[in-house]
Amino acid sequence: MTLEVLSPGPLATVQDLGRPGLAHLGVGESGAADRRSLRLANRLVGNPESAAAVEATLGGLAVRFDTAVLVALTGAPCPVTAAGRPAAMYAPLPLRAGETLQLGMPDAGLRTYLAVRGGIDVPCVLGSRSTDTMASLGPPPLGPGARLPVGAPTRPHPGVDVAPQAPYASEIRLDVVLGPREDWFTAEGLAALCHGPYTVTDKCDRVGIRLDGPVLTRRIERELKPEATVTGALQVPPNGQPILFLADHPVTGGYPVIAVLAEDDLHLAAQARPGQRLWFRTAGRRRLRNVG
Amino acid sequence: MLVLPCGEHSALVELSDLTEVLGLYATLRREPLEGVTELVPAARTLLVRFDRTVTGVDRLAAELRERPVGPAEDHHRDEVKIEVRYDGEDLEEVASLSGLPVREVVERHVAAAYTSAFCGFAPGFAYLVGLDRSLWVPRRDSPRTRVPTGAVAIADEYAAVYPRESPGGWRIIGHTDAPVWDLERTPPTLLAPGTPVRFVEVTP
Repeated sequence: MTLEVLSPGPLATVQDLGRPGLAHLGVGESGAADRRSLRLANRLVGNPESAAAVEATLGGLAVRFDTAVLVALTGAPCPVTAAGRPAAMYAPLPLRAGETLQLGMPDAGLRTYLAVRGGIDVPCVLGSRSTDTMASLGPPPLGPGARLPVGAPTRPHPGVDVAPQAPYASEIRLDVVLGPREDWFTAEGLAALCHGPYTVTDKCDRVGIRLDGPVLTRRIERELKPEATVTGALQVPPNGQPILFLADHPVTGGYPVIAVLAEDDLHLAAQARPGQRLWFRTAGRRRLRNVG
Repeated sequence: MLVLPCGEHSALVELSDLTEVLGLYATLRREPLEGVTELVPAARTLLVRFDRTVTGVDRLAAELRERPVGPAEDHHRDEVKIEVRYDGEDLEEVASLSGLPVREVVERHVAAAYTSAFCGFAPGFAYLVGLDRSLWVPRRDSPRTRVPTGAVAIADEYAAVYPRESPGGWRIIGHTDAPVWDLERTPPTLLAPGTPVRFVEVTP
């Protein structure tokens, strides 16, 4: 069973849940930028949530399969056709052999996930099939004509036929936990972070999102020795405009991190598109520190 | 020691120097704290990732303060010997920057005992500490766009072996055929943090 890429759109990659636990070897986690949508797409076709799928950026993806398959699309909602007829997202979608599945441009959001029953079965690299675009690990980004093997299903057919999807908001509100380096910023800088808004610039990829908004002024000006960082970190370079790290972020960073996104909001950030506005608010730090 | 929250599932432990980082890293590997899932050392910090259904930043901070930081030596690990041809493009420049004859640069690089302190920059790129102080030279002003796999290089207080071809600004003093990075091997690097390392001179 094979998936053939007819057109990858602006950027399409294979993604699963990434390579956790290897940061000490300089290997980042990578994996789906919006893991919630990846998991949902896999559940809809009866795959383990960790199966590999295609992450399409700003739609434009066109594929076909050499046998009949069951697929599902989640994430950024885009117009979809199967063999030229309109088809639905967020639901299992049977395709016959040779039928073309075509994604238009999403109306909202950035990344759409295409899962196929059996999962994309390219070879694992360090335990994952994900493309790490910064470290060049895993399969290369998909080009026209790329052929990807599809695995054999390991689980029974799914018992669902549709998964309702909350609409994407035009302005995104994100909870952050201050730190680890909030003391490197002035009181005004800290206040500015949550005063917002920050606009997503066109420098927005799987590594991170460069934001444009109120300047985060530093109190401590000395250089920071590189330190390990995490997905969702808001790193602040000398110009005071934060960079929000996504799945392919560098393992270490040399600029102070003012705050880190709450885990539950990462999937929202991964769907932010250029021009969209983000608002940050601090979740009660004491509450979060006392978890457990 | 400062324990700083880093999101909901990590704490960044700031220490006074790299020796303390290596010590705490080795200590926590020998005697793990409950709920800790990952440790990522860097130059002055250790990132401690945890399962927040089991522990939290406050509890980790309390446990870390009670725990004496042990020695960095990791006796469970064999020393890695890396055979080097000292034919690097920047060898003469390093000699003039350090005010030493080329031969002396090589001998001092070979004589030192190194430890892999942390990885970063690229998969498997290990920062090795232990470099002779006379060889602490700055990076090149303009990085090379292509440094080959196996380039043996130095910059600031660190030595390194480029694990894969990549851009790079360190001063290249030699080359090795040692399979420092191999995706088919577990772990993929010979130079995981805490590993003791020696360089051995071989003739081209």
